Amino acid sequence: MSEAVPSERSDASFLRGTLAVDVEAETHRIVEHLRESVVKRFSRQGAVVGVSGGIDSSVALALSVRAFGPERVVALILQEKESSPENPALARELCRAYGTMPVAEDITAALEGFGCYRRRDEAIREVIPEYDSTYHCRITLPANLLDSDAVGLFSVTVISPEGQQQTKRLPLRQYLRVVAATNFKQRTRMAMLYNCAEGHNYAVIGTANKNERDQGFFVKYGDGGADVDAIAHLYKTQVYQLAAYLGVPESIRRRTPTTDTYSAPTTEEEFFFRLPFETMDRLWYAEEHGLPVERVAHVMQLTPQQVARAYREFAQRRRSTDYLRSQVVALPPGDSGPR
Amino acid sequence: MRVIKITDSAAIRRQIHDYIVANFLFDTGDVKDDASLMGEGVLDSTGVLEMVLFVEERLGVSVSDEEVLPENFDSIDSLVAFVAAKQPTAAPAGNLSSGA
Repeated sequence: MSEAVPSERSDASFLRGTLAVDVEAETHRIVEHLRESVVKRFSRQGAVVGVSGGIDSSVALALSVRAFGPERVVALILQEKESSPENPALARELCRAYGTMPVAEDITAALEGFGCYRRRDEAIREVIPEYDSTYHCRITLPANLLDSDAVGLFSVTVISPEGQQQTKRLPLRQYLRVVAATNFKQRTRMAMLYNCAEGHNYAVIGTANKNERDQGFFVKYGDGGADVDAIAHLYKTQVYQLAAYLGVPESIRRRTPTTDTYSAPTTEEEFFFRLPFETMDRLWYAEEHGLPVERVAHVMQLTPQQVARAYREFAQRRRSTDYLRSQVVALPPGDSGPR
Repeated sequence: MRVIKITDSAAIRRQIHDYIVANFLFDTGDVKDDASLMGEGVLDSTGVLEMVLFVEERLGVSVSDEEVLPENFDSIDSLVAFVAAKQPTAAPAGNLSSGA
């Protein structure tokens, strides 16, 4: 946990109950950051953004269009057979709103080539033998972060064609294989984004927000693979504030954020965060700024035990996901040569 | 999988300690019996899953989701107490046997 003494400003912001951001100033700052990084630093002439129909990629696209103009931004829609069918329609609506031409690619064949679905399904079948490709599946964590000390263990839920649902804990070996297999999705999308970017001499704009970046809710060299991050410094609730300011279509702003990784719908809260975003952002802000547990509990009408539990979870996530944010580790030159 | 049937807490402690040192510290350090394994970064959530697997497969103790708590998994002391409590026939000392 941060030992920083809370500033008057951070305390006041927290006590107001929102993490309010000056959307106009912040938009200007991000647009300058994108221009400076893409054009001056990397000598690229535009941007590629993978758009899913979700709030984060929509805001990243809107900011990119402000930075480079609609003609120099490619909005790539990367669907596969398990993607939510409403995503491409929302992504196209987004592109219309910002005047960019969407480019749609289906990555199903690439994922089948990698064995993404087969490898995942084999691992799930070891836990639930009747599961087959006619079922839908999703992976979830228990939602009770504030109310239980239990370590969050992933469960797999399968839904039969008749709608019957079955949930079991994922043992270690199967959990690792399911995650490794599904990560092909994010990594294939990253490969397609770079194929598009290199074909235009553009840069790839990252769409992760602060929650995803700092708590490790992304795939290394997958959706974490980008040249410039647009919103990785913003809490999710702040991303929504920017979305409203930038005119992101309401149909996208009203959606519940999903992972769009598994064939059965899974919210980001179910899959990873285990708290509603409004609650998590305020607690996380408080933890990062070293606000005392008792004070936070009083303001948020939680118990000190709940706040302490959230603080422990955030610190643990930050530590355990450091690997995801690390670049390749090289050994510095030593004294052994050349002789 | 070879299941080690351990019936005294000293042997349980040795098994758990040796497994943690070999698998999470790669024999490069040691860990005190009362140290917080998650607090000191020895175990993350995947590491806890690995310990659950070890307890289930190697020590023959079944673990329910509700039992995967820091009070059961966050130190060698707590792991020993948890495993011993799940083995009601545990003898006070000495009996270590193994079987398939």
